[in-house]
This record gives sequence, structure tokens and C-alpha cells, in this order.
Amino acid sequence: MSVNKAMNILIVDDYKTMLRIVRNLLKQIGFDNVDEAEDGTAAFAKLQTKDYGLVISDWNMLPMSGYDLLVKVRADAKLKEMPFILVTAESKTENVIAAKKAGVNNYIVKPFNAQTLQMKMMAVLGPF
Amino acid sequence: MAYTVDKSLAQQLAATASGNTVTHDVMVGIVDDIIKTLHGDINATDIKVYKQLQELKNMIDSTRLELANLSPNDITEEHISLAADQLDEIVRHTEEATSKILDAAETVQNVAGSLDAANADKLNAAVTTIYEASNFQDITGQRITKVVKTLQIIEDRLNTMVVALGGEIKKSINGAGGKRLSAADINKPDTLMNGPQLPGSGINQDDIDALFDSL
Repeated sequence: MSVNKAMNILIVDDYKTMLRIVRNLLKQIGFDNVDEAEDGTAAFAKLQTKDYGLVISDWNMLPMSGYDLLVKVRADAKLKEMPFILVTAESKTENVIAAKKAGVNNYIVKPFNAQTLQMKMMAVLGPF
Repeated sequence: MAYTVDKSLAQQLAATASGNTVTHDVMVGIVDDIIKTLHGDINATDIKVYKQLQELKNMIDSTRLELANLSPNDITEEHISLAADQLDEIVRHTEEATSKILDAAETVQNVAGSLDAANADKLNAAVTTIYEASNFQDITGQRITKVVKTLQIIEDRLNTMVVALGGEIKKSINGAGGKRLSAADINKPDTLMNGPQLPGSGINQDDIDALFDSL
């Protein structure tokens, strides 16, 4: 099944610059419908009100981290199948293991490049 | 010979043992009280103990004087605050600069849309490189926040030391990157929020992919 490039993508990061960078990189690979949230709490609220095809979230945010958001999404009956990619500076082994156990679909370490973002999205969503 | 310990001294020692810190005045008081409890005939051992206690008292006074000369109040109130403010400025300036760079890159990207395919591809590739390189701002901000947390720990330790020595200092907690940190933030028991690692400390994307696939 081909990937619907018109799908809504939610990007979550407490650094506005990073939101802007990810949004622009997504635009370059053909995804224009991108919403932003500045922490896990705001992201979860948006997930309740709109249909998204993918969440791309930072880890290190307060009050709700990207990891906490992932756990909450996986525990939600309506959202538990949501494709979820963590994009984070957290590069310790225990972080990757914890994220995988919590049900993350893929894990990108910062700093990253456009090719890595595209490859990981394809690994989660299928080729596009 | 057997010594007797004054009841009040015993109570003072017990109270001190249960506390986390011992102030200079309390320590000197205990030493003085111990000296006063040495009743009865004074022999060579008593004199040796007395001398050692006197030396301990002198050492405490000397240490207090040395630390006072270091001006710990200046370190916590001036130098650490100044360092945190400077780090705040670094974060603010890099954020502003990155924003301007992204403004320019987005303009180039829009113009590229009006060019022929070959030139558009060249400009878009350059713009992508700019976006990728702009990652630095996030990483830099997180690293600076780590440094500020370290400064806060040093400040807290100095405060504890100064209070133990009988002084009183003001608290001055600072953060960076527009995120003022509370003591609760510093002590937040989240062992999975470690931030960027130094080269050799963390694992790279290839290692993460291999680990991810193996789980």
C-alpha cells in the first residue's frame, strides 16, 4: 500500500527551531500537512482532536517527555496503533531499550540528516 | 583513669550525630566542652589528647578563615550567576541566528520552486544541508542546560558549606535557554533524560539501528 503524502503528521519538540527544521525537511520530501506541539501534554491533546498518520517526537521535554507521550499513546485504545518515531539527543543504550519496550516504531538520534529521517519514515510507513 | 562526660555534652553530641551538617560554632563548642570534662589528675595521655583537641580547634578556625577568604558568597552570588547569564545569552543569540538562517533558507527554497528542475534541485540540496546543519542549535542548548545544572550543584554545595561555617548566603538559582530551572528540576529522578552525550559516551545511529533490530 502506498503512503498517503497528504496525511497529517504531528511533530513534537520544545525547541521551536527544531520544529521548524523538521517541518521543512518533511516539506522537502513531500509532506505538507504538519502540525506542531511543544510538549507531550499538548501533543496528546492534539491527538485527541484530529487524525494523524505519524507522530515524530523529541524525548527531552517537560512536563511530559516524548517517552511519556509514547507510553500514553500506546495505552490509549484509539491511538495505540499510531506510528511513532522518537527523534532525540538521548543516545544511551538504556534509552533505546526503554523506547523499544514501550512500543516506539523507530528511533533517530540527533543531530540527524534528511536522508536518515526519510529512511526511518519509510521503514515505519512503507516506501514513498 | 576513667573520665566522666557531662550530661549536657552527651546530649549535644547525640544531637549533632543525628544532624546532616555540623556548624563551626557547634564543633568548637563540643571541642571546648570535651576539654572542660577532663577532670582529675592530668597525665601525659591527657596532655596529648588536650593538644590534639586544641589543634583540631585551631584547624577548624583556620579552615573557616581560608574559606572566608575565598569569598564563597561572591562565587555563588556573582560568578555563578554571571556564568549562567552568559550561557543564557549564548543560547539566545544562537537561537536568533538560527532563526535568521532558516528565514533565508526558506526564501531560497521558495525561489527554487520557480526555477528549472536542474537549478531547483541544486538549491533544494543546499537548503537541505542548511536545515540539517541547523540541528546544532538544539544540541547546543541541551549541552548548555547540562552545564548550568552543574553550576547549580556547585552553588548548592557551596551554600551548604558556607551555612555549616556559620555564614548566611542568599540563594541564586539560574537557568539557560529561556528555561529557568527549579531545584525540583535538578533533582527530578528521571534517569532516562540525560541529554546529548560526549563523543564516545553515547551510541551512534548505526549502533542504535542494530540494537533496535535486535530487541
